[in-house]
Amino acid sequence: MPSLNHFLVLSAVLFAIGTAGVFLRRNLITILLSIEIMLNAVNLTFIAAGRHLGSVEGQIVVFFVMTVAAAEAAVGLAIVIALFRQRETLNPDAFTSLKW
Amino acid sequence: MLLLIPLLPFLGYLVNVFLGRRLSKSVSGGVACLAMLGSFGIGVVQFWALLGRAPHARMIEQTVYAWITAGDLQIPFTLRFDPLGALMVLVVTGIGFLIHVYSLAYMHEETDWEYARYFSYLNLFAAFMLLLVLAANFPLMFVGWEGVGLCSYLLIGFWYKKQSAADAGKKAFVVNRIGDFAFIIGMALAFREFGTLDFREIAFQATGLAPEAAFGLISLMTLLFFIGATGKSAQIPLYTWLPDAMEGPTPVSALIHAATMVTAGVYMIGRNAELFSLAPITMQTVAVVGIATALLAGTIGLLQNDIKRVLAYSTVSQLGYMFLAMGVGAFTAGIFHLYTHAFFKALMFLGSGAVIHALHGEQDMRKMGGLKPHLPLTYWTFLAGTVAIAGVPGFSGFFSKDEILFRTFLGGHRVLYAVGIATALLTAIYMFRLVHMTFHGEARFATVPDGGHGHGAVPHGHDAHGHGGSHGGHVHDAPPAMAFALVVLAIGAVVAGYVGLPPAIGHLVGVDNKIEAFLGPSFHPATYQWTEGGAHGASTVTVEHSAEAQVPEGGHDAAAGAAHGEDHTALEWSLMGVSTAAALGGILIATFFFLWRRDRADALAAALPGVHRLLQNKYYVDELYDAALIQPIKRVSETALWKGVDATVIDGTVNGVGTLVRGSASLLRLLQTGSVRAYAASVFAGVLLVLAYYLAR
Repeated sequence: MPSLNHFLVLSAVLFAIGTAGVFLRRNLITILLSIEIMLNAVNLTFIAAGRHLGSVEGQIVVFFVMTVAAAEAAVGLAIVIALFRQRETLNPDAFTSLKW
Repeated sequence: MLLLIPLLPFLGYLVNVFLGRRLSKSVSGGVACLAMLGSFGIGVVQFWALLGRAPHARMIEQTVYAWITAGDLQIPFTLRFDPLGALMVLVVTGIGFLIHVYSLAYMHEETDWEYARYFSYLNLFAAFMLLLVLAANFPLMFVGWEGVGLCSYLLIGFWYKKQSAADAGKKAFVVNRIGDFAFIIGMALAFREFGTLDFREIAFQATGLAPEAAFGLISLMTLLFFIGATGKSAQIPLYTWLPDAMEGPTPVSALIHAATMVTAGVYMIGRNAELFSLAPITMQTVAVVGIATALLAGTIGLLQNDIKRVLAYSTVSQLGYMFLAMGVGAFTAGIFHLYTHAFFKALMFLGSGAVIHALHGEQDMRKMGGLKPHLPLTYWTFLAGTVAIAGVPGFSGFFSKDEILFRTFLGGHRVLYAVGIATALLTAIYMFRLVHMTFHGEARFATVPDGGHGHGAVPHGHDAHGHGGSHGGHVHDAPPAMAFALVVLAIGAVVAGYVGLPPAIGHLVGVDNKIEAFLGPSFHPATYQWTEGGAHGASTVTVEHSAEAQVPEGGHDAAAGAAHGEDHTALEWSLMGVSTAAALGGILIATFFFLWRRDRADALAAALPGVHRLLQNKYYVDELYDAALIQPIKRVSETALWKGVDATVIDGTVNGVGTLVRGSASLLRLLQTGSVRAYAASVFAGVLLVLAYYLAR
């Protein structure tokens, strides 16, 4: 039976992978996927903590996070498509015209 | 009911100011006149109600609402109608109404909107003045006090396109402001000392105090109030605005000089008679300043050539008499003179307006003369006013002026009395000089007064030449509306004095001095046994005080009480003789110099060039103020305040803040790279920092 620490370590690892993906990959879709990984890492923490504390609130929050994640994915992908139509590329470094 | 007295003119003001553009002249003028008439009617009704009561129960009060409530400071919006207030209300509304009627014709040449604007200001003026005289406490009075100041500004500068008129309005406003400032400080002191600002309650407390032997808080307080009064009532040193106020339309001058505004200061002192009686130093100052002003203005009036300016200086001079009366404690006499003065001064201003009107705006008396046959009505009414102000026995001015001088003499102020008589002589001289130069002698005006038609060459420069087209440029007498006001006022100028017969004459005909019996209680509010509207809380105090107040009343009115004694009758007759001699002597001198032997007047002027120049230039007081006050203030404002404080400190601060923001922003904006990854990195770094903080704690 894995303890709470196991879950926490796993979610930390997942979160680190997601963060690394966000910073290291040069593709917007991959970055979005990495963000999903980060969100799910957080979800895992919530579930584990909720179970550990014997409370249902962890699960409730997870549902909220999933809802937001779905919305975020929808909006994010729509933006990605719009950007691709503009510049024919998905490299985030190509979209820096909104600066001083 | 009382509220309606100031409210009606205020409503008239609202109608004319908001709807004036769309109203015809007859409607806007009619509304204004009706408002005044209504207010006069209510005043008369209340006055009768007052007369029906016992002398010490003559007071009607109405609290409209609690105006200011802040801790200990309770200031209700209370109107109070006592004999003094009643007299003032009747003067303001009665004479104000006649001036309104007169204005109907006088201002008729103005455009509809200007006409409505004029009447709206006039109504507002009356409304504020009525609030001033009905107010039961200082702050409420101050509202009216400031209000009449505002209206005088608006009306003096009525023809605002004329530079001199705009300047005169501004001058009136600024000079009044100096006095108002002192008035405010006085109010603060009064509240500190008495814990209330209600006139009656202050009077109650004042009755219990002994007069200040040395200069103390009450002296300071009353002195500050007096400075306020010098501003409003045009006394030294703040009188300079009043002669300049002649830039306004002539009926406005009549309103300011007779019914409203300038009487406010005298009234205020009368209203606080008990308080002022406690400060002999202030009373002395009031008397001396009053008589000095009377003399100064009288001498200036001798050499003015503008018909309205002569009248203006005569007002200043007569106000000086009123202050003299206040200063020697003859409050009734002062208010009595205020009341008779209102009649004859309004009459003379309106008469001079009729002359100016007839001569199409000419105000210089050197270009008048010989108008008597052309303006018979104006002449006779004007003459009535002139003999009244000169103090010819039998006319109103004689009774009131004589009363003041008699009381001054009786109070032991021999020097003041002598100066008073000298001023009476001057009054008769300059007034009859005016009459002779205007109505008698050879005609010096440009228009040919033959009653013919078609004098197209006559310049119609007079802004207010109000008349139908039926007359050409020839000299014509006052139109009906103006004539009505003149005749009513002339009757008043003759008979108004008979309510205050001097005791010596009164004994002969068996009539008391009615006005003294009527007004007397007003100056000793503590004697009132008045309990109506007990919510006031003062009713118990009333009874308490009235018992003991009966005793000092005799002491207070030592002069008044003694005046009724037989032993003064001989003195009174002889003093009356002196006054009469002064009046008749003045008339004779004026007639000699300005009618029979003009060359002698010129010779006298040539013989005394210094005096002549000094008087003609009004003692250079305006120039003195300019050099001593206005120029230094201007210089300090320009060099230190404008170029120093404003340009460097204030502008520097504002510009410095702008430069700072722009500089820091030009650095900070480099953070906005536009790269999503950079933003994400900074968010991440931030999260790490927050986390590190919580972990390290």
